[in-house]
Amino acid sequence: MLLEKLTTACGLPGFEDEVREIIEAEIKDHVDSTKVDRMGNLIAYKKGKKKSPHIALSAHMDEVGLCIIGIERDGTLKFASWGVDARILPSMHVLVGKDKIPGVVGNKPIHLQREAERRSVYELEAMYIDIGCETKEEAEKLVSKGDFVAFVSEFTEFGENLIKAKALDDRVGCTAIIELLKEELPYSITAIFCVQEEAGLRGSAMLAKRLEADIVINIEGTICADMDGIDEDKQVTNLGAGPCLSLLDRSSVYQKKYLQAIVKVAEDEGIPFQYRRSGMGGTDSGSYHTGGAGIPCIGIAVPCRYIHSPVSVMHKSDMENLIKLVKAFILNGAERVAGK
Amino acid sequence: MNLELLKKLCAANGVSGHEESIAALIKDEIKDLTDDCKTDALGNLIAHKKGPGKKMMLAGHMDQIGLMVSHIDKDGFLRFASIGGNSHHYLMAQRFVFPSGLIGVVSCERLDDPKDMAIDKLYIDIGAKDQEDAMKQVKVGDVCVFATTPVVSGNVFITPALDDRIGCFIMIEALKRLKKQAFDLYFVFTSQEEVGLRGATTAAYSVEPDYGLAFDVTISADTPKIRPLPSKMYGGAAIKLKDRSLLCHPTIIAHLESCAKKSKIKHQYEILEMGGTDSGAIHISRGGVPSGVISIASRHIHTANEMCALSDIEDCIELTVKALETKID
Repeated sequence: MLLEKLTTACGLPGFEDEVREIIEAEIKDHVDSTKVDRMGNLIAYKKGKKKSPHIALSAHMDEVGLCIIGIERDGTLKFASWGVDARILPSMHVLVGKDKIPGVVGNKPIHLQREAERRSVYELEAMYIDIGCETKEEAEKLVSKGDFVAFVSEFTEFGENLIKAKALDDRVGCTAIIELLKEELPYSITAIFCVQEEAGLRGSAMLAKRLEADIVINIEGTICADMDGIDEDKQVTNLGAGPCLSLLDRSSVYQKKYLQAIVKVAEDEGIPFQYRRSGMGGTDSGSYHTGGAGIPCIGIAVPCRYIHSPVSVMHKSDMENLIKLVKAFILNGAERVAGK
Repeated sequence: MNLELLKKLCAANGVSGHEESIAALIKDEIKDLTDDCKTDALGNLIAHKKGPGKKMMLAGHMDQIGLMVSHIDKDGFLRFASIGGNSHHYLMAQRFVFPSGLIGVVSCERLDDPKDMAIDKLYIDIGAKDQEDAMKQVKVGDVCVFATTPVVSGNVFITPALDDRIGCFIMIEALKRLKKQAFDLYFVFTSQEEVGLRGATTAAYSVEPDYGLAFDVTISADTPKIRPLPSKMYGGAAIKLKDRSLLCHPTIIAHLESCAKKSKIKHQYEILEMGGTDSGAIHISRGGVPSGVISIASRHIHTANEMCALSDIEDCIELTVKALETKID
């Protein structure tokens, strides 16, 4: 399964090579050209029969994780974090660097913890990664400062149509775009697989200045907090209720005209959807709609419980319906709303 | 000064990303005075008034802060996401209006301690019977703004959305009074300033100006116990020196200063510690654009009752006219 292959691969911000290679191999027979820019963004072009509108699809290849910032005398590693809640780190199984050296995030045995320690949360600064080395010299042969640290999490199907994996944000978006590229669509498509979204929309920021497209559809994995104990109005999205359409977030106010157009397509074709009910978070849409002279964006996402953790959970039908809705919009909505 | 137009501008509904009605109003007012008037992909209204010399981009933002419905609960109460710099203190107990005319009142959940009040404890009450009734009247994604009516009272103008319909108004009035022009002028009425200068970013890219000049409100530092700052209501047109988005270019500061002095227009300087405005985006566009700002000192910014002095509006318009009629040395 493509999503399994993509989520098992490691691609921290700035180290997206492994993910990019999988995507390149997957799409090469379905597109007219591909190129990789200086930052590592993968851009594929597929010519369509009709000239307008030119549609860009975008997802990011990178995932959240850690980065090695120090190697201690006892061979343990100090690290910084990219968008990860430090409280989930103790006892985590990780892979360090390109050679994927296995390690664990160590912590003091419960037997030795004082009462106060048991009640408090570990600070990031107090944690370390143990790769089984005894000395700094030994560790330096295996890893270097600046190496990425990725979570290890087996891709697992469970429950009814649920998937647990790491990096669903945003390999689910990459998967959706790859599936869409395999379709024969009437319009020219530029497919963008970005680097460094989790580090602050950086890959898309430089790309947006040169992008020529009439509309961007940005595909994401997004927050889903539909658990007991969270007020209904703060759940943001619900698992299995369909792809989530963005209203606004910290990077964008999505233009009503385009939002309404995709909603109409969903309603006409009976494809389930929901709104992403939060103003928080940000996506590469933030870069595209303010880059150059500005390109209007639609933000659509698959809801992911426990996002930014190794145990992100999604519902298969949400991804299927997302692909269905984006395809239907390209066929039956895009020309009306974004054509020249 | 056409105060009826100002009232009309301030009473219109234009949250960031939803500026169409403001753009339509302004276009009606200026289309016969400019050579070309069009709306771009982000909703900026860009009006070109051809002239000699270098290209100057004027910018006043059409959008205002507001609320977007994010959830409709089973009893018909609405939860919202904030658009722009809203504070729970300013929202609480205010009346809001949707483009349909529907009114909602902002109120707060029951709290054990008043100190717990926060924006996510607030809700909008449209008086619906239940969820079904509410959903007949509003949808998730609908936006609303303060419903206060603009008024002229004594020496001041009180209104929501003064930030920044007043900037748009100053540009429109200056355009009407212009007798000659020293620049090739682009009057840009921008979108999405309140969420991060987004409209000005793309407009500056397309216009490619040589100079940038924005119009916006600034703090009037004369209210009780406010931190001391140089600008005050009744102090005249305020020439910006800096804010968080830009350090104004010495060329533009000097130009505004010399125009004000020559024509004896009352003026002052302003420095804003927080906040920014469209020139912040214009000055770092492409290869860099010398930019400045004419500000109007206002009280109670981002509340339902923003206030400025009528005399300051007049000073700002006059300074703008002179700045556009005079060459930059």
